[in-house]
Amino acid sequence: MTISGVGTPRPTAGMSAPGSSASAAAPAARIGLRDVAVSFPHGPDRIEALDGIDLEIAGGSVVALIGPNGCGKSTVLRVIAGLLAPDRGTVELDDDPVTGPDPRVGLVFQEPRLLPWRSVADNVTYPMELAGWPSARRDRRRRELLHAVGLESAAAARPSQLSGGMRQRASIARALALEPRVLLMDEPFSALDALTRERFNVEMQKLHARTGTTIVLVTHSIAEAIFLGDRVVVLTPRPGRVAADLRIDLLRPRAWEAMDEAVVSTTAKAIRTYLGPADDTLPDDLTPPDRRDHDLWVGE
Amino acid sequence: MIRASSVASVGLAFVVFVGLWKAVVVVGGYPPFILPPPEDVAIRFVEAWAGGLIAPHAGTTLVEIALGFAVGVGLALAAGYLLARSPLAERLLSPYIVAAQATPILALAPLLALWFGPGLTSKVVICSLIVFFPVAVSTMVGIRSVDARLLELARSLRATRRQVLWTLEVPAALPSILGGMRVGVTLAVVGAIVGEWAGAERGLGVLVNLARGSLFDIPLMFATLITIALVGVVLYTLVVLVERRLVGVR
Repeated sequence: MTISGVGTPRPTAGMSAPGSSASAAAPAARIGLRDVAVSFPHGPDRIEALDGIDLEIAGGSVVALIGPNGCGKSTVLRVIAGLLAPDRGTVELDDDPVTGPDPRVGLVFQEPRLLPWRSVADNVTYPMELAGWPSARRDRRRRELLHAVGLESAAAARPSQLSGGMRQRASIARALALEPRVLLMDEPFSALDALTRERFNVEMQKLHARTGTTIVLVTHSIAEAIFLGDRVVVLTPRPGRVAADLRIDLLRPRAWEAMDEAVVSTTAKAIRTYLGPADDTLPDDLTPPDRRDHDLWVGE
Repeated sequence: MIRASSVASVGLAFVVFVGLWKAVVVVGGYPPFILPPPEDVAIRFVEAWAGGLIAPHAGTTLVEIALGFAVGVGLALAAGYLLARSPLAERLLSPYIVAAQATPILALAPLLALWFGPGLTSKVVICSLIVFFPVAVSTMVGIRSVDARLLELARSLRATRRQVLWTLEVPAALPSILGGMRVGVTLAVVGAIVGEWAGAERGLGVLVNLARGSLFDIPLMFATLITIALVGVVLYTLVVLVERRLVGVR
């Protein structure tokens, strides 16, 4: 695979920074995982999802997590998000151990997870409502966010009236609502078509350039990982361990049509090597939904 | 919401219904004390309402229905939530709830009338008992239908138990709960009438018995039956309107 996308950023309705006040108010947080192990009950015994993950993510950097199906990429995110306590090991956000969901962390799921009975605007303000923000502050932040993701004109629409891309925009705006220092994204663009996906990657890059939050992105797409990541971390098949940690030495801002082909192809080749041959049988962004390691996400 | 065409079709259906009724009377040659013709019933209906014969009975029955429905729905919402969220509660309680539902209310009514007397209380108990089951089950189903992924989202946003209830569970369960209430409100009418049959001094159920028995006024009996049916239709429509208001278009 070579990275030579035809996707160019759409001139209108793109994602831009949610206001300068936001970036000033939200410095990025460092993430540290040490010897993290997680297992899930499976019938009479347990499945080891992660076994001894060590990962140090500098504040403000973008790390792409990639790995074969079921290797526990999403589990890493759940552990950082405080939704899942590891069996062993420690997780830190800056210098605080993670013991539960933290307001410094914003989550973008693979599916938008919008409340269907609420308008787009009310979905975006949902985290602020739960956090008990006064309405004036909510209104201000809502306008910033809707502007940032280019959804001002869809503010009153219901999620069911939007396209998949617009829904995911709303979900990103919601994740940014509380001005998080870390943005955890679990295959956020995998349900989008290839062109929209590339456009989202460009917009995410811009968004990151302005907000500067730390981003951990789980993806099945090698191209996406290289395009967005400062580092690409490759996980082994279950139980997940860090197989490789590759720096992506490409200048920012990156553009699909102007990336250093040599760097991209060497990196992609390296990632492929670490991913192993089995993964080649699956196109990286066409994984059937029921085969994803999300089986472990839901329905506990 | 209400269009001219739908009004017209309802009107047409009514005309057809009355026409068929009249035809059956004429063709079958039934005497008025078996099946009075529609015009006799219509006249008696207007007379009885204008003369103040039906109104006090209807008022009594409406109060019974309103109180019984309110009590039944209140208990059912609480029980449905408990059943949805506590497997233990479901295991322990559901056999009794199902058994109470499976026992015909007609068979229970005399016992309840004995316990609670011929006044308002026994009717309220019977109504709430009959309303309870559909609303409790629909509440349980509705609360359980909340998307686990949305619950996880709320957890990641550190929502409290109460916030989860009001921002996720109630809105998600509302369509189902209101569906149960549609069934419940029509059953409440049945409950009130059955309760009145088991012993009462006033109410539309009593009037049906009077019209058939001591008064032997069959057109009045039909007029009362029509009143009961209208009460059911109006209450059902009210629930539907509330539903449209609360649930709207999703």
